[in-house]
Amino acid sequence: MPTFVYMTRCDGCGHCVDICPSDIMHIDPTYRRAYNIEPNMCWECYSCVKACPQHAIDVRGYADFAPLGHSVRVDRDERKGTIAWRIRFRDGTEKNFLSPITTKPWGTAIPKLADVPAPSKEMRDSQLLYNEPKYIRLDEGGLRTLEDAGLKLQKGVYY
Amino acid sequence: MAYKTIIEDGIDILVVGAGLGGTGAAWEARFWGQDKTIVIAEKANIDRSGAVAQGLYAINCYMGTRWGENNPEDHVRYARIDLMGLVREDLLFDMARHVDSTVHQFEEWGLPIMKNPKTGRYLREGRWQIMIHGESYKPIVAEAAKKSADKVFNRICVTHLLMDESKPNRVAGAVGFNVRTGNYHVFKSKTVICGAGGASNIFKPRSTGEGAGRTWYAPWSSASAYGLMINAGAKMTQMENRIVLARFKDGYGPVGAYFLHLKTYTQNALGEEYESKWFPALQKMVGKEYLDPEASHLTHRPIPTCLRNHCIISEVAAGRGPIHMVTMQAFQDPHLEEVGWENFLGMTVGQAVLWAATDVDPKNENPELTTSEPYVMGSHATCSGAWCSGPEDVSPPDYFWGYNRMTTVEGLFGAGDAVGGTPHAFSSGSFTEGRLAAKAACKYIDDGKAEGLVVSDAQIERRRNEIYKPLEHYRIYRNAVVAGTVNPHYINPQQGLDRLQKLMDEYCGGYTVGYMTNEKLLNICLKKLKLMEEDLESVAAKDLHELLRAWELTHRHRAAECVTQHTLFRKETRWPGYYYRGDAMKVDDENWHVLTVSRRDPETGEYTMERAPCYHLVAEEEQTTSSHASGQKLPA
Repeated sequence: MPTFVYMTRCDGCGHCVDICPSDIMHIDPTYRRAYNIEPNMCWECYSCVKACPQHAIDVRGYADFAPLGHSVRVDRDERKGTIAWRIRFRDGTEKNFLSPITTKPWGTAIPKLADVPAPSKEMRDSQLLYNEPKYIRLDEGGLRTLEDAGLKLQKGVYY
Repeated sequence: MAYKTIIEDGIDILVVGAGLGGTGAAWEARFWGQDKTIVIAEKANIDRSGAVAQGLYAINCYMGTRWGENNPEDHVRYARIDLMGLVREDLLFDMARHVDSTVHQFEEWGLPIMKNPKTGRYLREGRWQIMIHGESYKPIVAEAAKKSADKVFNRICVTHLLMDESKPNRVAGAVGFNVRTGNYHVFKSKTVICGAGGASNIFKPRSTGEGAGRTWYAPWSSASAYGLMINAGAKMTQMENRIVLARFKDGYGPVGAYFLHLKTYTQNALGEEYESKWFPALQKMVGKEYLDPEASHLTHRPIPTCLRNHCIISEVAAGRGPIHMVTMQAFQDPHLEEVGWENFLGMTVGQAVLWAATDVDPKNENPELTTSEPYVMGSHATCSGAWCSGPEDVSPPDYFWGYNRMTTVEGLFGAGDAVGGTPHAFSSGSFTEGRLAAKAACKYIDDGKAEGLVVSDAQIERRRNEIYKPLEHYRIYRNAVVAGTVNPHYINPQQGLDRLQKLMDEYCGGYTVGYMTNEKLLNICLKKLKLMEEDLESVAAKDLHELLRAWELTHRHRAAECVTQHTLFRKETRWPGYYYRGDAMKVDDENWHVLTVSRRDPETGEYTMERAPCYHLVAEEEQTTSSHASGQKLPA
């Protein structure tokens, strides 16, 4: 499902170039618009499709196994925190899906660890990570050890 | 060439590759190193990079200890049997005892985790899997990494690690180039946490032409985790343990939710159950210890994934393909139908595109399954990667050298695909491994282990010349021919990739030969890889994008060589269904119940192979009552 770009919709803003994990969305020097330079390295991950402010990028199923005449369109709305999909089959059938993408306003729920109280020496010397042991079970329980489990590591053939 | 050399000096922690492992490392490093300099170098954009770029619809590793669902040791036993006995149980136990704290943080950060309306707990897809609306999984963890890192360098293709010149076998940073500007970037760092990816595209893919990008693992997973670490002289483990996936045909859409949540099942072309008839012969190959359908039925002990693959491969070879996934029943329930489709849209959109293109509605028709080409990686249901130290309170002396998740190169740590022996970590476990590596890296620095690093200008200059060589080569030789891609002086990166895939496929057990190989074939494979290594000196890149592909190819080639060495060394068929050693078609626990460990000498290119003991979790009191758990000693 390599991506392609509609000539009349793309304004060459480069959002797709900036986001593509495969480095295959490039700006065509003549037309000053984006295009997929290497379809056989496209994972159809839709990162560029979702990032395009003009909805100029679409996907056409891989020529080696997907017949023409279908579409899977997407609208990712960061403000609403949702993603909407529309699948149109070759025979005209349509299916629509809507899912949440986050439960919190972007960037507000993640603490800056530079500003939290520094770990004690005792914690540094322990096996605990940030927010542990509290976050492991969200109760008073501690970090599991081999002793707790009544186990040891032994060399040999065991199943 | 006019490209600038840009040096970042004084870095404490350099994260190379920020997928789930790397973002976890960068995030956690700030807590243990509030005064430290943390830098990320990523070849794409961390908002959408790594294997989770397009999202996930499940977190496949969550214990649920808060609800008494599982304990970490239960997960170790599961991973052990799934991988036919051979895993690093110390690393797995350690990952599993921390992973829930990672997932609870994800939920707090805004990742939508589905709930079971009856119990209020996370909605289980299977024993270890919970269901999420994870379209923005990667942007969310990237946000966390950005909050912790001093600097994020996107679009830097890291090509080599820098080595200290005052003390052998100690890392001192990394180098690479910016795929947009072309500038040469030097990162001098006290520690490096390698979060780079495993390997897609080293074996010939089933898809052809345009569709070659529809690999199961992302096409940008270029084996850089292995290429970087092997070239630095780090020991690697279980590199032969490649994985073959049984997935929906062509689109490689995931099957986990279908099997576990939707309760779909497979049948052959005649509508028959086919697995059980292959079990008796298979049991003769692997032994009752690894395949005991009766015990599995009674105790819900899983049948190893490779063995289920073997049944598919055998049934198809017997002429009763294709294998179908029976979806028509489950999909009559509108809720389950929605789950089935959203599962694809959340992590493998291409499968939805394919079914739309071919008018496959699983409500009306049972879709086809197939087995994929092999992949080499360390975070899904397989465990190739670097030989790393475990944690002090768990690991036996054979597995411990001071710092958790540190490779055998001092100061070089791993997370995710980079760490060997830890299968079934998946996204949450990889992030957790990054966190563990980050804490250990901070300790390594605080203990004064990274003092007095020396990186000469000569080393920096030598790497610079190497990096740009493919551009130089193109510039010199392109006018030797009129036009086109055929040139007697060079090959381009795609031509090189085609060659690598063909030879790995035919000699190292790819899909076209039924995943079959043997000693003779593997030796030919090594010979051809050696010749190819010479040709890699003559790869030509016409622009910076091709230069990126040239370095990805170099990393893939090195990983492929290591895979072949390991496959040759392990003279048995440990994972039927992943690959077969035709000259040793049995599991051989007497000789090979061990972890294979390799080291490539960076000076000579020679490999040294060794067998490391396999340690298992066993009950303190020697015996256990559990039917499939630990402690049952093999009868001598």
